[in-house]
Amino acid sequence: MQYMLLLYVDQNAWAKLPPEEQQKGYGAYMSFLEALKKAGAYQASGRLQPTTTATTVRVSNGKTQVLNGPYTETKEQLGGYFLIEAADLDAAISWAARCPASGHGTVEVRPIWVM
Amino acid sequence: MASRGGDEQARSTADAVARRSYGKLVAFLAARTRDVASVEDALAEAFASALVDWPRNGCPDNPEGWLLTAARRKLIDFARRRRTGDSASGQLQLIAEELEAAAAASTANEWRIPDQRLALMFACAHPAIEAAVRAPLILQVLLGLDAVMIASAFLTSPAAMSQRLVRAKDKIRQAGIPFRIPEREELPNRLGTVLDAIYAAFSEGWTDSGGTDVARRDLAEEALFLGQLVTQLLPQEPEALGLLALMLYVEARRPARRNARGEYVPLAEQDVSLWNTEMIEAAETLLLRASPMNAIGRYQLEAALQSAHVARRRKGDANWSAIVQLYDALLALSGSPVVAINRALAIAEVEGAPAALNILQGLAEDKRLTEYQPYWAARAELLARSNARDEAHQAYEVAIGLERDPAVRRFLQQRQSALVAS
Repeated sequence: MQYMLLLYVDQNAWAKLPPEEQQKGYGAYMSFLEALKKAGAYQASGRLQPTTTATTVRVSNGKTQVLNGPYTETKEQLGGYFLIEAADLDAAISWAARCPASGHGTVEVRPIWVM
Repeated sequence: MASRGGDEQARSTADAVARRSYGKLVAFLAARTRDVASVEDALAEAFASALVDWPRNGCPDNPEGWLLTAARRKLIDFARRRRTGDSASGQLQLIAEELEAAAAASTANEWRIPDQRLALMFACAHPAIEAAVRAPLILQVLLGLDAVMIASAFLTSPAAMSQRLVRAKDKIRQAGIPFRIPEREELPNRLGTVLDAIYAAFSEGWTDSGGTDVARRDLAEEALFLGQLVTQLLPQEPEALGLLALMLYVEARRPARRNARGEYVPLAEQDVSLWNTEMIEAAETLLLRASPMNAIGRYQLEAALQSAHVARRRKGDANWSAIVQLYDALLALSGSPVVAINRALAIAEVEGAPAALNILQGLAEDKRLTEYQPYWAARAELLARSNARDEAHQAYEVAIGLERDPAVRRFLQQRQSALVAS
């Protein structure tokens, strides 16, 4: 099955870290990525720019509404994702637990809809 | 030519199989597709066909195998009807694999269904399943109890209960929750959720009871059955043994919990001769088996507490200092205010009511306790023993207002009026 790991993190806390700490944090993500690839679980991933860059779009009654900012303002924001292949939820959960974001934020595990 | 006798025989055979193997059939049929709801539907149809076929053609030698084959045929129909293209062939592939697994487990003379009930229980009590629905889900999926009965046991509306059960089964399928006994290092944690669900079913079965509500009494029996099943399949897990022991101790006292007029009898005043000796002895044996495994936990401690209480059976008095020590350990483990209340009551037996009242006073800050009947009943009892009649009267008033069992309510009212009389 495919699962999406959605990484919710406090982007401000990250921005405030000293450069060497950021470097370490970045390294942890690289290692996680490498482990996923080695295990054949990796499908795709991406890191999102901070929510200050977000724009929301909604079309209602034929009118397109474009708003500045993220969908919701919360302390922890969606900061990135990993799309993985895993045998079952337990396998996906164990990848989520290894993902560095579960240490400094929250990782949501969602199965991909099977068509 | 369906004769009345044939009908009856078919029904009783079907009932017996349902009782013995329902969960086994569900677990086996759903293990690969994880589609519990479809399997339940297929099995229901298979049972219905059996009631038509068996009176006509005689009961099969292997009714389980008959039902499994019939249910599998329905599942293949469902898969063809509902799904298209790849996903249908995937589904059919899984059903074929399951057929191979059954063939591998069977010998020429004996047709055996691999027992995957424990794996199914772990799926139902998975941390990804809402905690409150785990026990109801186990009762439905492993035992085939219907939502109406489960709802009344858990004090919910049938509509809400069936919706939650449907949602939980969808989650198992869609999120890919595996039917698997967890690995060694995860097992203690995950087993905890299974044991908690079984205990929740048992407690719901136990709270009734003028002992008049048959449905609820059955629930306690079913929980005992599940507890036994877990200890058979995982004989080396001390907490599983502890839970079974605990349930047996409690069940052993059922006949003594109400007097002939249906009134509530507190533990200290129960007629010891009404306790079920066989069950108590089975419980003691289980605890002894668990103790050298050196992994103490909540259920072993609670069972040990029960053991100290029933010591009165032989010695005429409960072992209060042992009871206090066990509560100390349980409190350290759980930090539960409910445990703290019971510990205070045990301390009252050893050190007297004022010491216990002091402890209760310290607990009063926990807001949850203001709605907890046993807190107020304990307070009332201790105040009464300290001759603080007005305060005791007030505390009984609150306890009575919070109780939902009429027999216990009457008991508390009696205590309250005894206060005024003395």
